Amino acid sequence: MTSLSALLSKWPLVRQIREGADGTGLEAMSDKTRAMHARIDGAEVARSVCPYCGVGCGQLIFHKNGKLISIEGDPESPINQGNLCPKGAASYQLLTHSRRETKMKYRAPRAKEWQEIPLDRAMDMVADRVWESRKRTFVHKIDNRTINHTTAICHLGGATLDNEENYLIRKLFTLGLGMVCISNQARI
Amino acid sequence: MPGLGTSFGRGGATTAQQDLSNADCVLIEGSSMAEAHPVGFRWVMKAKERGATIIHVDPRFSRTSALADIWVPIRAGSDIAFLGGLVRHIIENNLFFRDYVVHFTNASCILREDFRDTEEGATGLFSGWNEEKRMYDKETWLYEGEPNLSFPKRDPTLQDRQCVFQSLRRHFARYTPEMVEKICGISPALFHKVADALVRASGPDKTAAICYALGWTQHSKGVQIIRTASILQLLLGNIGRPGGGILALRGHASIQGSTDVPTLYDILPGYLSMPKGDGTEETLRDYLAHQTKPTGLWHNFPAYFISLLKAYYGKNATAENDFGYSWVPKLTGNHSFFEYLYDMADGKMEGMFMMGQNPAVAAANSRFQRTSLSKLKWLVVREMVEIEAATFWRDSPEIERGELKSEEIETEVFLFPAAGHAEKEGAFTQTQRMVQWRQKAVDPPGDARSEGWFMHQLALRLIAKAKKSNDPLDEPLRALDWWYPEDRHGEPHMESVLAEINGWSTNPQTDGDGVVFGIDRDGNPHHGAQIDGYPKLKSDGSTASGTWIYAGVFGPDKINKANSRDSKTFLGHGWGFVWPGDRRIIYNRASANPSGAPWSERKKLVWWDETQRKWTGNDQPDFPVEKSPEFRPNGNETGLDAIPGDAPFILHEDGLGWLHVAKGLQDGPMPTHYEPLESPVKNELYSRDTNPVVNWYTRQENRFAPPGDPRFPFVLTTYRLTEHHTAGGMSRFLSHLAELQPELFAEMSPELAAQLKIDNGDFISIVSLRGAIEARALVSRRIRPMQLNGKTVHQIAMPFHFGSAGPVKGSATNDLIPISGEPNVTIMEAKALGVNIVPGKLPRGPAFEEWIRKYIPEGGPPNLHPEQPPPGASAGAQSGGHGQQGRPDSR
Amino acid sequence: MIGEGTLSTNQRKHSYVQERVEVGFFTDPSVCIGCKACEVACKEWNQVPDDGFTWSGNSYDNTGHLGASTWRHVMFLEQDRQKGNQVSGPMSLGDEDPFRWVFLSDVCKHCEEAGCLEACPTGSIVRTEVGSVLVQNDVCNGCGYCVVSCPFGVIDRRPQPLPDAGGAFKCTFCYDRQKSGLVPACAKVCPTESIVFGRLDDLRARGAERVQQLQQSGYRDAQLYDPTETSVRGIHAFFLILGEPEAYGLPPKPQVPTIYLKSAWTAAFATAIASIIATLAAFAFFS
Repeated sequence: MTSLSALLSKWPLVRQIREGADGTGLEAMSDKTRAMHARIDGAEVARSVCPYCGVGCGQLIFHKNGKLISIEGDPESPINQGNLCPKGAASYQLLTHSRRETKMKYRAPRAKEWQEIPLDRAMDMVADRVWESRKRTFVHKIDNRTINHTTAICHLGGATLDNEENYLIRKLFTLGLGMVCISNQARI
Repeated sequence: MPGLGTSFGRGGATTAQQDLSNADCVLIEGSSMAEAHPVGFRWVMKAKERGATIIHVDPRFSRTSALADIWVPIRAGSDIAFLGGLVRHIIENNLFFRDYVVHFTNASCILREDFRDTEEGATGLFSGWNEEKRMYDKETWLYEGEPNLSFPKRDPTLQDRQCVFQSLRRHFARYTPEMVEKICGISPALFHKVADALVRASGPDKTAAICYALGWTQHSKGVQIIRTASILQLLLGNIGRPGGGILALRGHASIQGSTDVPTLYDILPGYLSMPKGDGTEETLRDYLAHQTKPTGLWHNFPAYFISLLKAYYGKNATAENDFGYSWVPKLTGNHSFFEYLYDMADGKMEGMFMMGQNPAVAAANSRFQRTSLSKLKWLVVREMVEIEAATFWRDSPEIERGELKSEEIETEVFLFPAAGHAEKEGAFTQTQRMVQWRQKAVDPPGDARSEGWFMHQLALRLIAKAKKSNDPLDEPLRALDWWYPEDRHGEPHMESVLAEINGWSTNPQTDGDGVVFGIDRDGNPHHGAQIDGYPKLKSDGSTASGTWIYAGVFGPDKINKANSRDSKTFLGHGWGFVWPGDRRIIYNRASANPSGAPWSERKKLVWWDETQRKWTGNDQPDFPVEKSPEFRPNGNETGLDAIPGDAPFILHEDGLGWLHVAKGLQDGPMPTHYEPLESPVKNELYSRDTNPVVNWYTRQENRFAPPGDPRFPFVLTTYRLTEHHTAGGMSRFLSHLAELQPELFAEMSPELAAQLKIDNGDFISIVSLRGAIEARALVSRRIRPMQLNGKTVHQIAMPFHFGSAGPVKGSATNDLIPISGEPNVTIMEAKALGVNIVPGKLPRGPAFEEWIRKYIPEGGPPNLHPEQPPPGASAGAQSGGHGQQGRPDSR
Repeated sequence: MIGEGTLSTNQRKHSYVQERVEVGFFTDPSVCIGCKACEVACKEWNQVPDDGFTWSGNSYDNTGHLGASTWRHVMFLEQDRQKGNQVSGPMSLGDEDPFRWVFLSDVCKHCEEAGCLEACPTGSIVRTEVGSVLVQNDVCNGCGYCVVSCPFGVIDRRPQPLPDAGGAFKCTFCYDRQKSGLVPACAKVCPTESIVFGRLDDLRARGAERVQQLQQSGYRDAQLYDPTETSVRGIHAFFLILGEPEAYGLPPKPQVPTIYLKSAWTAAFATAIASIIATLAAFAFFS
């Protein structure tokens, strides 16, 4: 009986009678509603930058226990002062949507489908491909002039990558391997 | 960015987005800023609320036009005629800012007597033209008697017939409002409305700003469009001042960063040229002699370059081995994307890395792109989703139509899942040169990794192979200084890479002040203290710096300033790091008058403090801090010492803003109106229709329609929607964005729709000489027919975000776009081309081939345009092709 | 002024819920750029599913109208009228060939006298401390009475196969965020502050000032849409509009359909409660 009356006392109608209100105010709020609060409360926050266009909006990345919770504009950024555009506002979905690839995929010659392979093996395979292609196509000299390049391995991309990543790309590909066919979205 | 680079000295936006709110007028052209950069546009709205006039010049009444005070519809690709008309108007009516122009620009500099303009005979050609090589010998473009450009003869009255000002005046004399109307379809009344607004908002007490984006760059003369805007802003005195400037709106988080720290074939970090293999730069000495300028900031070129080699090769770079110069690969031609794409199509390319880019949708002639990918031996794609370029062997329209068969494609494809922006740390450099660090929030899911991890892991594997080999060809790999500490996931510490980008003293210190990440992978001291700015760099190997212009971002105070988040001023000082030297508005010496006082109280920014004898103000002065405004060189100085005290553009040899670019451009010292490569009309101004130096990339799969071709009567221009991002990999796959713009459409006027008997919402097919695509018709008065010299020209506008993958699918608009190469930057003309419209859907499967042959004949010559060279002919200044010699002047 | 953005009521932390201050949205299309960030930020925060991938052909509007899965909706109106003193024509320099494109972000009005709330028989819909109208999904039984009772056509039941299908949904005024002192997601994200969040009385003053300012600068058809004279007795999310409300699908005189039924409902409630008490009493008696 006590449990029943406890249950009944939570029923908005009963509460409204008891509290003398019209049943459309706070008295009609369920426990869930009363307990509501922003899910970013108590979360950790990383200060970040929107990955879409070149405006460079500051973002606050809220996360708890290794999981993303929400991404919002950083109110203190002198650029965006807390605002975002629709793409920036969709950043959380960008990182968490179901179509995101999380497995290493390999397509063999003439294959009609992908196969999944271990990441380390894929790295070894790529290193082998680069090594072999470079050996086959490296030009040391032309007419006694030092050239030291290959034009048979190319790279495309970089405008959505970090400066440090682009720096490493250039360092390894061009200054280490001699790849000169390097381009990114800033050109095309 | 040679448009801004050659005009002012640096290839970057001259101002900050927030500063737009200080403008009295904002001209947006070649950009739909409200749509492509909505948050940047908030500052334009703030300017508007404060009374500024907002002008939008665009073929399409866009969301930007909707908020502008004046919308000026323009025919796509006619911007130089319009801006040139404004230049003429300002000169002829004596409306320019005389003090600014006389002191700060090269208007007064005397040109060579043998310089000939395009206007002589209205040929559209400057002096020095070589028809056979399709390029210019640029010697006659130099200053009289001063080929170094350091100490030009000047006439401050601007009356000398040979001075730049008079030359400029003659050059644009025929760009009258009436001519503007004939070429652009803009009425004289509307033209004057814009001219008046701009002039009214310029002067000592006022400033106007210009914003542009790819609507200017993606033309066969894009650099020269930006040049025309630069000339306009110099004449109005709007560069280096609050509320003024030119803001290049970059379309990606790190477009600016990826040119500063480039993944581009012809430059090394900090805009240092890649050495050429034509014999002129065989040794380090030759190269430095070739690249170093006698005066201006580039005089210090050897310090920047040798510090870079020290960053790349570490202790293996020594004075004895010329700091490893011979290991640096040499260019043998143009190795940009389109050049190597043709190699790919011809089966000469073995492997490709693709990181965050989707040419199967995003690149010009994307149909050709997809078929070319199938010729690779191997392809590495790093992406967050399964983009079209990763699945061309399974899902492309070519597979559907039977043009390609999966079982015949030999290409090995590796699809590496990539980490997202919150799953790794690192910095982007945004549109106003601001480097901003991102802190990592969470680990990437599953096999997803950062590009930093990928490059690091690949480097470790390849360097290990090289160490086992005795092949002398592997020497550069063995010499590479790959010292980076890593975390437990094998991810390199990206702040250690930033430390290297900033630069340090190369003498290893165990516990010195100012050292960060001082220990290498073997536990040994690796380097010394961080340097606090590029003036500290040396050419003797005692310093290293991975990107000299970023020096100061991570200095001896050990503070990663890209990660600073304490904005103290409206320009954001204390938030991030802006190159160079945290200067937020560059060339800001121009915000003070020649004698060093602010032009006005309202527009003050940086000024000369006579009591302290130094430049001071609300921004870091972009000028030698102790150089008095009164200083005048005697003609014997070098480097920055040669720059006069009233010359704000310190990267230029003469310190001046260049109305006339004597060195550095392939297609002329002054901008000239040429028609787009595909145009419905002939050039009204010149006997030549198109930019003479452009690279047409003549090929059967990449043909151009001749001027006025009745088969392709409509002008197509392309644009970005707010709701999507480039090729759609970051938007089409997201339900919250995909639902907002779920299908490809073509915007057209009610007049054109009526003419073609098309209703709003109908399926239509759009055909060009490159291919055909399908879209829905969106009929709106936001597109207007243009009247050009009595001829009605219809334009249509299409976004380009769709492809065959993801929850919302559609044709790739870039299937229609031809590959072409603007002469300075090898960018294609995507914003103006000729198409036809056929009501109804495209046939599916093999029936497509038969259908398209009705519109695109199979045979015939590949060069249909009368000004287009045949295949194999010299294709202009940017040609050279792979394995050939070419490009004698890359600067 | 420069730098004021961080001081904007759209970014500032607040304690309106604790202080029981009436809050509202003021939405101003004269600065709206139609970017739809409000739609996306709302969906991201409130984890609202997509509303289907259907291209409408109606300007740039592909979400159509407010509903169970669209709580902010940006309208795109292409009209043959002039916007303020805007020059928007190829050859014309006046209003002889006028054209304008107006964007307005629509949202639940959080009526003073809310039809949905009046009609809700389960007590699922409540009025919060800040005066907003909130649907409690854990209480809602999906009867749909609220749907027909909204004078603005805002609230709707979510169809299968979407998550929480059957229940009635609409804008929550980000009640969870407000409880934590945060601003609703749509206002926080808006790049041009076309959506302003704040104290209702402040916003009303701001709205009145804005109309005056716009009228003086050539927007002769600017007016506030804030019906107080009808039975909704005012709205907590009010709008500045250019032209007439009908063009925006806003009823010029919105009425709460249930207003005349209120006494009837009260009577019915009383009966129901009496019978329940009787039942319980009997139950207690026999247990």
